[in-house]
Amino acid sequence: MADLLDLNAVEAREALDKKAISAVELVTAYVGAAEATSALNNYVVLTADHALAMAADADKRIAGGTAGLLEGLPIGVKDLFCTKGVSSTACSNILKGFTPPYESTVTANLWAAGGVMLGKLNCDEFAMGSGNETSAFGPAINPWQGNDKTNLVPGGSSGGSASAVAARSALMATGTDTGGSIRQPAAFCGVVGLKPTYGRCSRWGIIAFASSLDQAGPFTRTVADNALMMTAMASHDAKDSTSTQTPLQDLMGAVGAGVKGMKIGVPREYVMDGMDNEVVRLWEQGQAWLKDAGAELVDVSLPHTKYALPTYYIIAPAEASSNLARYDGVRYGMRVEAETLDGMYEATRAAGFGDEVQRRIMIGTYVLSAGYYDAYYLKAQKVRRLIKQDFDTAFEKVDALLTPATPSAAFPVGRKIDDPVTNYLNDVFTVPANLAGLPGIAVPGGLTSDGLPLGLQVLGRPFDEASLYRVAGVIEAVAGFTQTPARMAGGTA
Amino acid sequence: MSDLVKGSTGDWEVVIGLEVHAQVTSNAKLFSGASASFGAAPNENVSLVDAAMPGMLPVINRECVYQAIRTGLGLKAQINLTSVFDRKNYFYADLPQGYQISQFKDPIVGEGSLRIVMADGNTRDIGIERLHLEQDAGKSMHDQHPSKSYIDLNRTGVALMEIVSRPDMRSAAEAAAYVRKLRSILRYLGTCDGNMEEGSLRADVNVSVRRPGGPLGTRTETKNLNSLRFIQMAIDYEVVRQIEIIEDGGEIDQETRLFDTSTGRTRTMRSKEDAHDYRYFPDPDLLPMVVSQDEVDALAAALPELPDEIRDRLMGEYGLSAYDASVITEERDTARYYEAASEGYDRKLVANWMTVELFGALNKSGKSLDDCPIAPEQLGALVGLISDGTISGRIAKDVFADMFETGKSAANIVDEKGLKQVSDSGAIEALIDQVLAANQDKVEDYRGGKDKLFGFFVGQVMKQSGGQANPGMVNQILRSKLDRV
Repeated sequence: MADLLDLNAVEAREALDKKAISAVELVTAYVGAAEATSALNNYVVLTADHALAMAADADKRIAGGTAGLLEGLPIGVKDLFCTKGVSSTACSNILKGFTPPYESTVTANLWAAGGVMLGKLNCDEFAMGSGNETSAFGPAINPWQGNDKTNLVPGGSSGGSASAVAARSALMATGTDTGGSIRQPAAFCGVVGLKPTYGRCSRWGIIAFASSLDQAGPFTRTVADNALMMTAMASHDAKDSTSTQTPLQDLMGAVGAGVKGMKIGVPREYVMDGMDNEVVRLWEQGQAWLKDAGAELVDVSLPHTKYALPTYYIIAPAEASSNLARYDGVRYGMRVEAETLDGMYEATRAAGFGDEVQRRIMIGTYVLSAGYYDAYYLKAQKVRRLIKQDFDTAFEKVDALLTPATPSAAFPVGRKIDDPVTNYLNDVFTVPANLAGLPGIAVPGGLTSDGLPLGLQVLGRPFDEASLYRVAGVIEAVAGFTQTPARMAGGTA
Repeated sequence: MSDLVKGSTGDWEVVIGLEVHAQVTSNAKLFSGASASFGAAPNENVSLVDAAMPGMLPVINRECVYQAIRTGLGLKAQINLTSVFDRKNYFYADLPQGYQISQFKDPIVGEGSLRIVMADGNTRDIGIERLHLEQDAGKSMHDQHPSKSYIDLNRTGVALMEIVSRPDMRSAAEAAAYVRKLRSILRYLGTCDGNMEEGSLRADVNVSVRRPGGPLGTRTETKNLNSLRFIQMAIDYEVVRQIEIIEDGGEIDQETRLFDTSTGRTRTMRSKEDAHDYRYFPDPDLLPMVVSQDEVDALAAALPELPDEIRDRLMGEYGLSAYDASVITEERDTARYYEAASEGYDRKLVANWMTVELFGALNKSGKSLDDCPIAPEQLGALVGLISDGTISGRIAKDVFADMFETGKSAANIVDEKGLKQVSDSGAIEALIDQVLAANQDKVEDYRGGKDKLFGFFVGQVMKQSGGQANPGMVNQILRSKLDRV
């Protein structure tokens, strides 16, 4: 079965269409892989029977000549997406036992394109975290290991998604990115992760963290696979008022189009104290690759970058404090009984929410309070506009920006969890794109001396995902990142 | 001003502002497709959005926006082409989202005004500060179970318009006139059914007192009054309570109060210190709401004629009194009835018959204009018979009663019963001769100077004629016969 797991999504599609393999065979291999790598704790629900039934249907459509874009491809779903009839908890105790009677628009799009659901993937509780360590199901583990073999975080919040794709227990996976939750874990796990432009994918049916920042996107092994999955995920959705009607570009065609003549900006503010030298070197290497491929490098300035992180940690908790008010024990999920209504709320929310979620609810409540609103929330919204303007100005001169994806490689489980502020620094390069609503992609660039993957990030204009795929396609081709992690299912490495 | 209230230390001026919550007439809720109808079984009209299921998102119902704009236009108010929905955050069991979507800083409708008419015909313009759209909450029932509360989410998410007045009213009567007029406009526009018993229209009343012309006093807000009578009672109670406190050397607490319908008193609900911090912020699930001037213009062009315009016409063209014109135009149906009934007849006389006889009969029989047995044209025809002398006003009252009873036309009843007025001078003269012959003694007394007996003779003649003799002719002929000597 190892051969089946070696196929990337584009290859698997070809093999399925040629009837060289069947969807049932492919999905069976992935179910086996998920079981074999269960120690990585990247699945919280494995829907094996459901997956095999969907695979059988996919085989019928392939035989009937009506195969969809993702027909027969096994996909893992971040537990933040509501999936009809399948437990959907945002990896929080407060939603334990919640099974939605509806399917999120994004996952519905994937199944409509023939995709097969393998199960639900681990993530930080309500997507709040950068290491997948706040999950009520315990941490997901990065399949990559350094020389000391300690367990590393896969990044977060979509840690389960990145871990599963890297460990080959999912061919593709969905994620969501509010401040870097797709790009940072993609970089930590050596896979490709795209955060689309805000509004590109419907938020309907995705458990909300911070509504003005949340955006769903794909995790895949290759850039072409990513463009394929993204093409199926995106849609205008009348059920999401922030969903765009801007037509989707030809993403598949962009992957091999090269960067000749493109202007690539290098923002001078994307350097920070304590940043790994290896990260800086990879960034410089990436610039050289793009230049060699025919792009023009342009030095650009994004002067408000240093304010992005504090701005994010005001706006995101503010929205979260309100979005999470509905988890009150009244209608679904956990309830801890008490004498009074207020007592029930307090007991339920104290027992149901983990520390990080409670911390952010408190921060968010504080910054929206009378007397603090102007100084925090309103000021943050103003800075957010300035950050957006920085990008607007830069994109008058360049077609895309190249930055590091993260300030370091993956860190050991448990090292940063008790130090929230240090932990928040993981998002320093990814957060600005969320504040500005821009698309961003993380693509593997190489390994550290300790053998851990590092990623490069490409940022683009709103609704110009195609340029990201052009640049990422070149980096992928030149970097030749073919290494695989130590703890991989059916690995040949 | 006659509205001043006498206290033990002098006169007090009452200052009143109202916040009216009007349920928008629409098929669906403000942000979900669930039905907004009244009277369904508990929790029958609840969508996934209303129940705040995880991952659900609000989508604005454009028709509710149009209803708010129509109302704004009816209040001659500024329509804001860009407005913003905010979240008002608080926890309660009948508020599934944990926040109400409302409009805080940027409402859809800005300043306007509304003209009230008092019983004496005087008018006053009351300022409208703003109108905004918001979601209604659900209903909590605390009396169904010894230790639990029951929650009905049917009303959750139904669109409300909150219409905020300026503190321009100076008496409970003015406040009632304001609500009555606002209700009238909403019903003309079809933007709210104005049904106060079902809770479609409720008012929060802000009351303070001050020395005439002095600085504003501290106000209290009495919540959720659902009848004109309760609004007036709550204001009257608050005015007396506040004046007593101040005159006794106390201070008014700025607080929210509840009106107890059984005692007619208000009591503290929560003080200023306990006031919620609602943590308003723009709802990130919704983009700013933009309407085009073209949309507003189209809505304005399709607006029906409103009570003030009709009232001006009734007074200007038809010469109706201010009071009659107000009464007739309060409801759109009444105004329509009147226009149809008075077409081609004496407009003032029809107005009289309508406000006195018709409304009286409807009231007495518990009927409304919808099931009125007399069609507008029939009422007009009756007045026509009076005007052309076919019947007298007195006979007309009997005919009217018959019409109301049977639904027959006035002409039919007059024919069948032979009620046509007698204007034949020979016949009247004969009746008069009979009466004078039978009352020779009184004739002598009259001629001897007892002028007052004239009325007696008129009455006798009318009685003999069964009320049908033309009263004018009776007078004239009788006087010529009595005074001839």
